[in-house]
Amino acid sequence: MVRGKTVALREVGFAMEPGKITGLIGPSGSGKTTLIRAIVGAQEITGGTLRVLGLPAGSGALRRRIGYVTQTPAVYPDLTARQNLLYFASILGVARSEVGRVLKVVDMERLESQLVSTMSGGQQARVSLAVALLGEPALLVLDEPTVGLDPVLRKHLWQLFRQLADEGRSLLISSHVMDEAEQCSDLLLLRDGAVLNFSSKSALLARTGTGTVHDAFLALAEGAE
Amino acid sequence: MSPTKTLATSARVLRQLSHDHRTLAMLFVLPLLLLGLLSWIYSATPQMFDLIGPALLGVFPLIVMFLVTSIATLRERRLGTLERLMAMPVGKLDIILGYAGSFGLLAILQAVLVSTVAVRLYGLDVAGPVWFLVIVAVANALLGTMLGLLASAFAASEFQAVQFMPAFVLPQFLLCGLLVPVAQLPSALELVANCLPLTYAVEAMTLVSRNPALTSEMVTDVAVVAAFAIAALLLGAATLRRRTK
Repeated sequence: MVRGKTVALREVGFAMEPGKITGLIGPSGSGKTTLIRAIVGAQEITGGTLRVLGLPAGSGALRRRIGYVTQTPAVYPDLTARQNLLYFASILGVARSEVGRVLKVVDMERLESQLVSTMSGGQQARVSLAVALLGEPALLVLDEPTVGLDPVLRKHLWQLFRQLADEGRSLLISSHVMDEAEQCSDLLLLRDGAVLNFSSKSALLARTGTGTVHDAFLALAEGAE
Repeated sequence: MSPTKTLATSARVLRQLSHDHRTLAMLFVLPLLLLGLLSWIYSATPQMFDLIGPALLGVFPLIVMFLVTSIATLRERRLGTLERLMAMPVGKLDIILGYAGSFGLLAILQAVLVSTVAVRLYGLDVAGPVWFLVIVAVANALLGTMLGLLASAFAASEFQAVQFMPAFVLPQFLLCGLLVPVAQLPSALELVANCLPLTYAVEAMTLVSRNPALTSEMVTDVAVVAAFAIAALLLGAATLRRRTK
């Protein structure tokens, strides 16, 4: 897959399962965001096939079935949390009652009337996540949703992701932090635009004979050189 | 296209501005002060004010709406909210018309306020119907909105977006017939002037200030400005891409 003039990704093969959290793990610049943008339909693919929820990536019908969280909080800073959610709810065509529900899920009910620009980074990230939860999409694609967040908040968010997966949703979560990979059931390891591994976490650890994803990543990366 | 989503976008843009009191104040107070300054400058020769005043009533909304829209849409592109919207079930035209709706409403308010004050307080003498002044001003404001939207696609930063304003608007201002009547320009420049929308807007404003009744020429002028606005809208829509290469 070519982004601009550079080849950002090549020979990516993987399949996601409903009810599971797939971790997209790799250092910055490894092609995580390019792959995520291709899945949500924001990035053209130059070769190969990419099917999302049974449809070709970028299909119009997918737009109400995928919740997408970009790396930086993509919400309006000069609106309150509630006003942001009400706007995106009307764009998605979901009931206004959804707004209250998602604010509760991300634990932002207390701050719903506060302007986003006056919120901390973690609070802004939660508003952005709440937007992605509107309308209960079948697939959630989250690009580094926990980067730079307080460890306590990170723990809460991972509990929430687990809970969403248990409800039958598929989650694809990118991260460059290896300890977050430990919480995923499946792992897609990327390095320099190529896949180092795609398997369940237990299969990865068994294959590399290591105890942590961090060591497994190192073993694979060094083996490839 | 969906009217609900267009209206929701207009309401959202207005809600954003409602949190920004200083911008709102500048939108309405600045043109009033500038026009007041102009009437003061020409206090010894009021017939000059009657000549230039109406033309400037058309220029202000163009400049103001160009700036406001180009910065607002550039922010959407940079914040990632546009990418998020493009991944949602919403038409590009819903977004663009949403912007046009909210800024169009502000333009109507601005034009009504400024024209009323110009005529009542500053003693601007307009022979034709004042409501037609308002219509030309609104057409110009919508043109400014569409040009701003288009320009934001080519700006990589706020610095560039702000500098697009003189690039897009100043040549039009110099050639529109306000400084030198279009017919007296060097023939090459006359040709260029006849391809620029502000020339028609200023002509319409000048005609309404001199003719007691509406003429077909005035209506044609406004139609030309509107056609430019629609062309800029379509070009602007083409710059909103769902998928990047």
